[in-house]
Order: sequence, then C-alpha cells, then structure tokens
Amino acid sequence: MAGTRGYVNRRLHSLLGVVPIGIFLLQHLTVNFFATRGPEAFNAAAHFMESLPYRYVLEIFIIFLPLLFHSIYGVYIAFTAKSNLSNFGYFRNWMFMLQRITGILTLIFVAWHVWETRIAIGFGWAELNYSLMEGILTEPFFFWFYIVGVISTTFHFANGLWSFCVSWGITVSPRSQLVMTYASIVVFVAISYIGVRTLIQFAYGI
Amino acid sequence: MSENKTITFIITRQDHPDESAYDEKFEIPYRENMNVISALMEIRRNPVNADGKTTTPVYWDMGCLEEVCGACSMVINGTPRQSCTALVDQLEQPIRLAPMTTFPVTRDLAVDRSRMFDSLKKVKAWVPIDGTHDLGPGPKMPESKRQWAYELSKCMTCGVCLEACPNVNSKTDFIGPAALSQVRLFNSHPTGAMNKSERLQTIMDAEGLMGCGNAQNCVQSCPKGIPLTTSIAALYRDTAIESFKSFFGSDSRV
Repeated sequence: MAGTRGYVNRRLHSLLGVVPIGIFLLQHLTVNFFATRGPEAFNAAAHFMESLPYRYVLEIFIIFLPLLFHSIYGVYIAFTAKSNLSNFGYFRNWMFMLQRITGILTLIFVAWHVWETRIAIGFGWAELNYSLMEGILTEPFFFWFYIVGVISTTFHFANGLWSFCVSWGITVSPRSQLVMTYASIVVFVAISYIGVRTLIQFAYGI
Repeated sequence: MSENKTITFIITRQDHPDESAYDEKFEIPYRENMNVISALMEIRRNPVNADGKTTTPVYWDMGCLEEVCGACSMVINGTPRQSCTALVDQLEQPIRLAPMTTFPVTRDLAVDRSRMFDSLKKVKAWVPIDGTHDLGPGPKMPESKRQWAYELSKCMTCGVCLEACPNVNSKTDFIGPAALSQVRLFNSHPTGAMNKSERLQTIMDAEGLMGCGNAQNCVQSCPKGIPLTTSIAALYRDTAIESFKSFFGSDSRV
C-alpha cells in the first residue's frame, strides 16, 4: 500500500534525523573541538576517528545512507509546504519555515563540506589534518560560508529535536512542548558555540 | 452624525467557479454594532459599488449566525474566521473580504467544504451502534475524560484550521487538523474506542497524520479554541504504539 509507505517514510525521516544523524553531528562537533587544544590534539583525534575499525561500514550505515534518505525526502517535504507567515506570524510557524529553510541551507553546506573534505581525502587530493581546515577557513568567504552552514545545521538539529519529540508522542501537552522549546534553545546555543568556536580556532588560530 | 459615516469594503469576487477572481470596492452607510454579515446584507439590499455602478449582489454562505455552524467562514483582513462574529467596529478599514483559498470557490465568498466532510467519512468520525438488536446501555465515560472530549466535540468543520495550515495546499493531500482531532474524539469514546485501531490505520499515511508539519497555526486560529495540536500529538503517540504493535505482530489479531 502506497499509504503505508508514506507513513513509514515520514517516521523514518524523523527517526534518522536524530538517530544516527543527530548523534553523528554531536560526535563530529566534539571531535573537531579538539582543534581548540591545538593542531596536535586535533590531528590525534582526527587520526583516531580515521583509523576506526571497519570504518567504511560505519560511514556508509551511520552517515551516508541515513543522510541521503533524510536529505532527499527532506527536500520533498520542504517544497510541499506553502509559507503563510505574512498572515500567521506565530512563533511555531516561524520555526516551521526556518526548519525548511535551514534544511535546504544545511544540505547545500553539507554537500560542499563532504566534497571538500571526505571526498577530496578519499581521492587523495587532500590529507586529513589541521592545515586542511585551516587552509579552507582562513579564506573570509569560506569562513562565513561555514559559519552560516554550521549555524543552520545546529538550528535544524535543535529544532528538529523539538518536532521529533512531538512526532513520536513524547511531548503531547502544550506545557511539555513549551518546556521542550526552551530545552531546544539551550541545545541550539550550546552546540552552536562548539561549532563556531572551532571555526574561529581554524580561521584565526585563537 | 453617524448617518454620514461609511464603511469601506474591498471584496474578492468570483462570478463562477471557472472564472477568475476580481476585487470590487463598496462604501456602505455605517450603523452601530454591525457585523460583516449585516454589512453584506446591506450590499445585497443595495448592490451599488464604490464607483456608483449597480452590480450583482455579493454572494456568501451563512447559517446559524452565532458561530456554531461554520458556514460563514471567510478571510477577513487576512485572517480566516466566521463573518457572523466579525464586528465591524473592531476591524481595520478598508475591510478586505476574500473566500478561503483552501477550498474551491462556488461564487464570491462561498466555498465548497466537501473535502472536510469526505475526510470525516474517511476516518469514520462516528460511533457505530446500528445493528439488528438492542445492545443495551454503553459503558460509562469518566467525567475527567468527558470534559476534554467535549472540547473536541465543539468542532464545526468550518475550515479555518485548514486555511491556516501551511501544509494544506495544492501540492499535498494532507487531511488537515479538523478530521485528525475527530479521530481522537471518537477514539476517546468508550464505544467508539472499539474502532480505535481502524481509525488510526486510516490516518497512518503521508496524507494523514504525517502530513502535519507542527507549524501549530491551527490551534492559534481555531475559533472554538479546540486543542488541535494536543490532539495531533496524542495521535502521534497512539500511532507510534499502533505501528510497533503491527510491526512486531499484535496479540490482539489472529
């Protein structure tokens, strides 16, 4: 039945956004944060991640396949919405539209980021180390591109946590949804700090 | 002195479902305590537009005139609401009236809300009690539950929540908040709960519950203050449990 498939796709889209993609995002930002302890610490952490056993299996099933499904289906979801913010300027309606806009921004950013790092490293055009990111981020255009990309990713994740809790029936009452709104703001600020702090380290060495 | 005061209306009109819409301006004499319907009645009494030309009377739909039937819903100054309770004194002028865009226009401000009634049929928004013999009295309902279920029963299928929803549009077949909330209402009824699983299964598709994007405009716009997003979240919980049951095989099925 096509109907059931649509239901399963939506459920899967919601689940994959948090597990494993959200968890990978947190891990990725955390490992990158080693950069604030200097190039050696970052290189050691990155080398540890690079040399994990059965790395390709982990990458394919924890990162690439979930990310592909979430992004392709997400583009479909984003483009079936019709913004009506001019007549309904409520907070949640703004979050609804921002979730779709940041989703598209994040997709553009992640596609470029994967191309420039993982794919370039895979083809041997680049080497995974501190100077790779330093080289990218000392260019002002790419620094700001990464700032926008990272913040839209963290927003999409934090606000996505809120809708995840609604979509799986965890927060049902208006009060629990409000508490989750505050919690998601805290998550957004915290992981945005981690991401932006790392970018500043690479770009300015401070 | 109030005899000289006028009210300006800009009304989106459409002569026929297949023709394109156009705006027409009306100036009508002010009376105290007017609502949009009494202003429309004034236009119908004297169908002359602001240019002084005689035109066809503006057509609209209405029923109860006390905000319980939902028939007179239209978009008033950008907000979908019932025209019977839209008081002229509280509206900014010129007052813009337009039909709700979610539904096909039949003429001027009247729309065809059939899709909402079709949705109610689809989700079986009733308690089936018909049969060949007397089934006796049904089970009792706890008072605490009756109280919130009563709030859900206030839905008048007016269409305002569908009009406010960014996911109800020409690109999707999302069923909309009204019918979903009715699923929760009839599933909460002790006799209606006998068809709970069936109702949940009908909304478990991309056009059903999953069409919701949690923009929550519906709950902000509902004229009856129905907790639509609470209903939707409760259904998310129910369908999650329902899908786990079906995925791993239910003990309540053969």
